[in-house]
This record gives sequence, structure tokens and C-alpha cells, in this order.
Amino acid sequence: MTEVTPDKETRGGEPPPSAPPPAAPPDNGWRKEYWSRNLRLMVILLAIWFTVSFGFGILLVEPLNNIVIAGFPLGFWFAQQGSIYVFVILILVYAKMMDRLDNQFGVDEQETEGAGK
Amino acid sequence: MSQIQTWTLVFIVGSFAVYLYIAWRSRVKETAGFYVAGQGIPTIANGAAVAADWMSAASFISMAGLIAFLGSDGTIYLMGWTGGYVLLALLIAPYLRKWGKFTVPEFVGDRYSETVRTIAAVAAIIISFTYVVGQMRGGGIVFSRFLKLDVTQGVVLAAVIIGLYAVLGGMKGITWTQVAQYTVLIVAYLIPAFAVAQQMTGIPVPQVSFGQILAELDAISVEMGLNQYTEAFAARPQIDVFLVTMALMIGTAGLPHVIVRFYTTKSVRGARYSAFWALFFIALLYTTAPAVGAFTKLNLLQDVNGVSANALPSWIENWAATGLVTVSDGASTINSVSNSPTSGADLIVNNDILVLASPEIAGLPAPIVGLVAAGGMAAAMSTAAGLLLVISSSFSHDLYFRRVKRDSTDKQRLLAGRIAMGLAVLVSIYAGINPPAFVAQVVAFAFGLAAASFFPAIVLGIFWKRCNATGAAAGMVTGILFTASYMIYTLPVFGTAANPHIFDISPEGIGTIGAIVNFVVTIVVSKMTAPPPEEISEMVESIRYPANRREVTAGTAADTA
Repeated sequence: MTEVTPDKETRGGEPPPSAPPPAAPPDNGWRKEYWSRNLRLMVILLAIWFTVSFGFGILLVEPLNNIVIAGFPLGFWFAQQGSIYVFVILILVYAKMMDRLDNQFGVDEQETEGAGK
Repeated sequence: MSQIQTWTLVFIVGSFAVYLYIAWRSRVKETAGFYVAGQGIPTIANGAAVAADWMSAASFISMAGLIAFLGSDGTIYLMGWTGGYVLLALLIAPYLRKWGKFTVPEFVGDRYSETVRTIAAVAAIIISFTYVVGQMRGGGIVFSRFLKLDVTQGVVLAAVIIGLYAVLGGMKGITWTQVAQYTVLIVAYLIPAFAVAQQMTGIPVPQVSFGQILAELDAISVEMGLNQYTEAFAARPQIDVFLVTMALMIGTAGLPHVIVRFYTTKSVRGARYSAFWALFFIALLYTTAPAVGAFTKLNLLQDVNGVSANALPSWIENWAATGLVTVSDGASTINSVSNSPTSGADLIVNNDILVLASPEIAGLPAPIVGLVAAGGMAAAMSTAAGLLLVISSSFSHDLYFRRVKRDSTDKQRLLAGRIAMGLAVLVSIYAGINPPAFVAQVVAFAFGLAAASFFPAIVLGIFWKRCNATGAAAGMVTGILFTASYMIYTLPVFGTAANPHIFDISPEGIGTIGAIVNFVVTIVVSKMTAPPPEEISEMVESIRYPANRREVTAGTAADTA
């Protein structure tokens, strides 16, 4: 599996993944914590994603259509407009929250890459 | 009429000149530039490029028309083709960017095995190819209607331009032209939409104002023998709407030409924000489309309802020349409208023309009609270019140089990439002129196949370390076989008789079940076989963190510069 393709270590001068072994045991704590927080955030956002699109837009569309706002039956609005707005917001929230998480755990990328390659 | 032709020519020639200029400015000299644009594309630009890559001739030309005739159930396309970006942003893009190589098959190859890589490369080529033919055809429609060119000449002209900048600039050339193409297509889509909204409701924001006409549209639809526009599940049963939407979403997140775009950003963080910008730019069009569909349909119905067949508005005659609008022979006055040629309605309107004809239907001036034509071309060309890149990279990078010729210089690789691209262009010209009969329908099914093959393999590869090569290969093969079999079982296009849908599941929705089958098989087989080797676990571990930790114990070479 040795790689012929050039890459792997072209980014921002990170040491190759094989470097950490000496510091590996103390590493594990923060890694687990970081990963489980990432997963928690993901699950919450995906739950919202599902509720708004499949829940409001498909499963509950008929009862929601009895409510009409500005000409739109509400279920119809979620299915054709609202869910899309929510998707956009979800990704923005994810990106912002991950910025914070990366920063907190010190795994954010140094903004030196532009100069590099 | 000739005024429309002049303006179309101005906009198309002008936009083509811009694309070629960009292509010349961004020509590349090495494979990293050719395949992933040297990983140096700024976030917002990458988002715009993804959006242009994503929004095909189908999104631009056909979607609003489809929605107009599907009514409420048009939501399968609206949610299906946007919701996948949430999955992409949360489950796939940042991790694949951290791993950071050239192609999607390459990731599964590194994560699992060379066999899986070959399966993936072949799947990527098939999926991209069915998709590219549709783009060529879309471009051909624009040329034949607006410039009165032969479809053949139109396809060749479009393909030569795409070929020029794709071969010259690879991913870098494609990305920067796509930024320009996004600009052209979104302006072309929004201007007529805003104009029509203003004209019909006095509120120029179509997203807000199309609510005002829904009641009226419901009424006239019923009068003309159609379903009430806002009634849910009139066109498809609920379970099918659910499954098709899901299949399109996970298919989106599994399509190689979409995923590969996140390899081109500068960083993991850049990949996340690229996904945001991409969906933001896509949403501009996707939230407008249902409004365009509703407005145009109301306009159309009001234009023709009860009108005598020889007093119809002029756009009908213009489009009748393309064969996309037909007035039924026996009809003296128009009392029913449909998009299905077999419905026996007085007026048959093809989905594909509603957007292209909407400025004419609404009586907007000629320059806007020309702009829409250029927008349709931009949408078709930008998507075709992205797909051609996947075909060329899968072929040269994942098949030829892995299977046949393993040692080669960067120069040779670049040349092979360019030759593969050139060949892909030639094949797509041929297929665009003589589209295989099944292609028009199969485009939607490319999603089902992507959902049932790539998505589970990639997601499990990232989130489940225990997943191994045997499991992934078994899962992908059963997923594809299951999905393809059901499609062949239910569709007449493959030369077989069409069988009725099982449990109301349409062939477009089967990808969801195929993905579940893939997940289950992968997990079960992985559990039954040996865990993957240690270095694979390490690789999975390493892609989960955007960078090495800053304040590590002294001694390790953490980069603080």
C-alpha cells in the first residue's frame, strides 16, 4: 500500500500521522472527548434536519396544510421553502460550532497554508 | 423573433468568450492542479463552483416545469436535491478533505482495498456518464430553440468549448469557469422570476409572493382537469415521496462529482464553509424554482383556458416548432392541459420548456429571453465539465495507473488525464447526438445507484473503524445489484416488461432501500470477518481531527509557525 502519489504531507507542515506515538496515551482523553462532542452536535443537527424535512414536509404535511399563512398552506411551505432555509442554517451552525470546538481542543488549522502551497 | 435570436447570440457568444478567457488564465502544469486545483480555491468561490457543478440542465431547464405539473409533490426534487448537502457537510466533506487526495475511488481504495477502489471507479464512470448525456441534450435544446441551429451542431459546439477548458485547465480551469457560469445562470434565473412576481402580485420577491396566487392556481387547475396544486400526495403515494426524497438526498451526498469538489478547498474548515456557501447559492435557485413553477403554470393556464385553437398566444407557435408543445388535432378550444403525451388533453406541454419559455409566456422583453438561454447553457456546461473530470480521473488515475501502469512520472499522469478527458468529450458528443433511449429516465436513477453504493461505504469508512474491505465490497455489490434489479424490474426502458411497483415504491425511491441493504450487509460481513489492519484504524483516526493538536507535550513537532 505504499503510495506513489505525492501528497499526504503537503499540508501546513503537519508531521505525518505516525509521529504521535510517544505522546499517544495522554492523547486519548481529549481525542475521545472531541469526537463525542462532534458526534453529539451532529446527531442534534441531523434530528432537526429530519424533523423539518421528512417530519413537517412529508409525514405531517396534511394536518399542517390546514394552517394557511400568507397564502401558503403550512405543510406545503415547509416542503417547498422552509426546509431549504433550515438546511442552509444547519450547515452554517455546524461550521461555526466546529470552529469553536476545534479551537477549544487546539486542533484548528493554523491559517498559514495560503503561503505554503 | 429575430430580435430574440440576436440577443441570444450576444449573450451566448459573450459568455463563451469569458469562459475561454478564464480557461486560458488558469491552465495547469501538474496533476495536483489538474485533479484538485492545487487545493487552493477560496471558500466562497468553491461554493459557487459546487453550486454550478450541481445545478445541471435538469435543475435550470426542467425542474420548475416538473414542479409545475407535480404540484405539491414536486417537493421530492426541492428537498431531495438540497437536503443532501446537510449530510455532505456533517458526515463526509470535512473528513475527506482532511485525508486529502485526488478522487473518491481513491479514498475507498486507501480505506478498504484495491478491489473496492476498482468497483468504485467503475461505478463512478457509469454514474457520471449517464448524467453527462443529459447535459449535452439540454445544451442541444437551447441551441435548437434559440439559435435555430441543428441539435447536432449545438452539441458539438458546446462540447468543444467544454473540452477546451477542461483539457487545458483541469479542475482549476473548470472551477473558475464554474464561478462565472454560476453568476450567469443565477442572474438569468432570478431576473425573469422577479419580473414575473412583480407583474403578477406586485411583490418582487417570488419566494414570498407566490403564496398569493396559490388559491387561484388550485381553482383553475381543478377547472382544467388537473389536481389541486397544493394537495399533497396527488402525484405519488406518501411512502414513495418519503423514499424518493431520501434517495435523492443520500444520492447527492454520494455522487463522486459533488464530493470531489471538497478536495479543492484550502483546509478542513474551508470544506465546511464551502458546503455552506454551496447550499446557500443552490438555495437561491431552489427556493425560486417552486415560485417560477407556480407563476408560469397559472400564466399558462390563464393564457389558454377556453381559448380557440387558432387564436393561441405566439409562444405556443414558436415552441411547437421544437415539438415540445403540441395542440391536439381535434381541439377547437383548449379545455385541458397536460404534460403527458398520452393523456389526450387539448394542449400538451413538455416540462422542459416552462423555464425557457417563461419570459415569453409572461411577455418579457427579448434581452431577458436571450439571458435565460445563456443561463441554460451555463448550467448544462458547468455540470458536464465537472462530470467529465470525474470520468477522466477515475479512468486514468484509478484504473489505468493502478491496474495497468503503476510507475509513471507526473508529466505522464497529467498527459493521460488530458487524453482521458478528450476521449470522454468525444464519447459524450456522440451520446449527446444519439442519446440512448433510457438516458433521460436514468439520470434520476444515477442517484439511486450512488445512494446504494458510495454513501454507505464512505460514511461507515469514516465513522466505524471496525468496517473492513470484505464488508464494504460485499455491501457495495449487493447495494448496486439490489437497486439495479428493482429498476430493471419496474422500468420498460431496458427492453424488459415493466412490472408493477411493490409496496408503492417507485424505481426512483428504491435507492433508499438499496442504501439500507448496503449498510446492513457491510456491517454483518465486517463483523463476521477479521478487523482491518492497525494502519487503517490510524488513518481513520487521523482524518477525524482537522489538525494536529497545538499544545502537545514539548518535543513533538507541532507546527506553531
